[in-house]
Amino acid sequence: MERRSFLKGGAAAGVALASGGVAAPAYSQAANRTLRFVPQANLANFDPIWGTQYVVRNASAMVWDTLYGFNDKLEPQRQMVEAEEVTDEGKTWTFRLREGLRFHDGEPVRGRDCVASIRRWMPRDPMGQLLRAATDEIAAVDDRTFRWKLKAPFPKMTMALGKNATPMCFIMPERIATRFDSFTQINEYVGSGPMRFERNEWVPGARAVFSRFDQYVPRNEPASWLAGGKRMGVERVEWVIMPDPATASAALQNGEIDWWENPITDLVPVLRRNRNIAVDIADPLGNIGSFRMNHLHAPFNDVRVRRAVMMALSQEDYMTALVGNDRSLWKPLPGFFTPDTPLYTEEGGDILKGPRNLDAARALLREAGYTNAPVICLVAQDQPITKAMGDVTADLLKRIGMNVDFIATDWGTVGQRRSMRNPPNQGGWSMFHTWHAGADAINPVLYNAVRANGDGAWFGWPNVPAVEAEVPNWLAAANLAEERAAIARLNRAAMENVVYAPTGFFLSYQAWRRNVTGIAKGPLPFFWGVSKS
Amino acid sequence: MFAYIVRRVLATIPVMAVVALFVFSLLYIAPGDPAAIIAGDQATPADIERIRASLGLDRPYLVRFGAWVWDIARGDLGTSIFTNLPVRTMIAQRIEPTLSLMVVTLILAISLAVPMGVMAAWKQGTIIDRAVMAFAVLGFSVPVFVVGYVLAYYFALEWDLLPVQGYTPFSRGFFPWLENLVLPAIALGSVYIALIARITRATMLEVLSQDYIRTARAKGVGQRAILFIHALKNAAVPIVTVIGIGMALLIGGAVVTESVFAIPGLGRLTVDAILRRDYPVIQGVVLLFSFVYVLVNLAIDIAYTLFDPRIRY
Repeated sequence: MERRSFLKGGAAAGVALASGGVAAPAYSQAANRTLRFVPQANLANFDPIWGTQYVVRNASAMVWDTLYGFNDKLEPQRQMVEAEEVTDEGKTWTFRLREGLRFHDGEPVRGRDCVASIRRWMPRDPMGQLLRAATDEIAAVDDRTFRWKLKAPFPKMTMALGKNATPMCFIMPERIATRFDSFTQINEYVGSGPMRFERNEWVPGARAVFSRFDQYVPRNEPASWLAGGKRMGVERVEWVIMPDPATASAALQNGEIDWWENPITDLVPVLRRNRNIAVDIADPLGNIGSFRMNHLHAPFNDVRVRRAVMMALSQEDYMTALVGNDRSLWKPLPGFFTPDTPLYTEEGGDILKGPRNLDAARALLREAGYTNAPVICLVAQDQPITKAMGDVTADLLKRIGMNVDFIATDWGTVGQRRSMRNPPNQGGWSMFHTWHAGADAINPVLYNAVRANGDGAWFGWPNVPAVEAEVPNWLAAANLAEERAAIARLNRAAMENVVYAPTGFFLSYQAWRRNVTGIAKGPLPFFWGVSKS
Repeated sequence: MFAYIVRRVLATIPVMAVVALFVFSLLYIAPGDPAAIIAGDQATPADIERIRASLGLDRPYLVRFGAWVWDIARGDLGTSIFTNLPVRTMIAQRIEPTLSLMVVTLILAISLAVPMGVMAAWKQGTIIDRAVMAFAVLGFSVPVFVVGYVLAYYFALEWDLLPVQGYTPFSRGFFPWLENLVLPAIALGSVYIALIARITRATMLEVLSQDYIRTARAKGVGQRAILFIHALKNAAVPIVTVIGIGMALLIGGAVVTESVFAIPGLGRLTVDAILRRDYPVIQGVVLLFSFVYVLVNLAIDIAYTLFDPRIRY
């Protein structure tokens, strides 16, 4: 027993003696029923449709359930849905809900709640937008059934409703989903999942509390990521926001917290030396580092300049700057899709393979007529990932003879400035750094960053019809082989035109006290199945 | 005196109006876009534009300023763009930890620094004097976060005596409340103790060389009475001034201290709001801080009259 817990235990025992001997066991049991968790970021808002940050999605997955859910093989499984029927040559889907589903206010989950939730979700989600365009009618049939009529078949329906990429299609009561449109934040948090959100205990920036919902009916199957039986092993989950990693590390070692979602690599050796702490990979799907070049303005409006940068960049340099010397934490990524997922391909990725050729890059820049125009390179210093990558990029560009105007700023400013389409010297930009969750980079619809539809594309506005042509081909693919063929062609076109520059695939850690069991590796922290002794 | 206090309180209104105008204008021209942060990294420019419109961020400067001033005049600090909670509620959630930290730091600093400064002046040139001055130099030189980490390492991790982080409300008992504040108060107070100790020493040295002190000694007044009744009271005005000025140090230092010790106070609220461009929260907190500064200055001015009867307003 540790000293402070010994002191606390002694105090509790004193109370127990004075009160007939019940306080000490109660103290111990209450501590074991509460899981204290340090999330990756502050839970600044709590509407998973309005705010699409990962931290909001992660908390929401406890509070709201979904019709389908991805398992650890990235297969959508039935979750709230008991059965679905596809008729009319794939154009009509009829969904039947499981029996006994209830919202946290005690009301049953009905078909019309699902319809309202889907309608609120669709405008904010790339797959939802495709579905909305394909929708003829969606309506409740009865309390446990709703029917979705489409103008054309949509084979990826269950994927859209069960994916873990933000925004997920969470099911809320109809009165809430209709009162707030997709772009207005809800202020009533009535969930359908295994945990309630304790609004009165929420201190944004400091704490968020969730307590077990007794009336939740889990599925009978074992839990696997967002699918299966979501059985809670603790009564209460407390999220403690800690902006300082050193503090979180000390608190975990001291037993003041139980689970830390994203310890920084520098502190992992310290944590590993503590026999009470386990450290492991957080998410096998990892992250993809990237920088995006502005396709609208010089110098990166010339594909030769973009290729010159690609042929010079060393992913090893980027990944070492990000995760240090631990080779098990990163992989080279001569492609755009997440390694070890069904659609991963290296088609067209030769430009990122082999020894780096700076001379060839310089020659290509000369051929493109690059005349020392400044490259406005936006680097958010408050994000360790972008800061590390920005430093490597600045050095890389200088070595190939480019004139770098390094704008050290914060993420909020990057978020605003990257949306400016002006020329770089008029408030615009040439390049910025970011990263993408590997769980999102598994198909071209979830993955905005790889799209190249000009004005409709993500920042940098690449316009590559050959990339866009493969998106409907993937959507319509009848089997995995056809999907892979479409994605290989897409990947080649995106590489040849340098839609963006992938800087490598990297993993991160999570850490927890050894008295906590049941923690799974996955794209988000799954609290079901986790217990504490 | 009463009329003076009323005048000073009324004078806070134009001061705060200028602060409000300045803060609003600064935020308006500062780069950064809360809509982009809300929309998330996968959002399209159209999504961001729609969120911006729904938040009213696309309205002209004067319209937004007018609406904000009207709300302030009605005692409404607005609603956070991100949390959808009233700014007043967010400040109320955070004010107790910050106030507690500042009070404990203040008590700790004054109760340690003033006797240290007096002792150093009394024992000028001795090892005690040198030790106090060495501590002062150290206090000034070592950043608050370094002191914080060192304290947390030894007192929490190595010796397991105090918690690393967090805050327990006063309503849950005095000792649990104090337990969480000891290390942050020492860390935050280190600069403050150094500052007050140095000023106390310098002022006391000047006072102790005055004729009336020699006269008191000649009359046979005891050393303790000379130091704490005759000398310290006359040295009090500069010390009180420094204590007041140091409140600014405390508020600034609280931002760092609250981050290092994960205390959910106003400092962290401010930093979070700035990073996310949560304009209503930034405006509300800055207004509150400026009000506190004005009140602290008023309290110092009143304190002068207690220590020096020659001062009248």
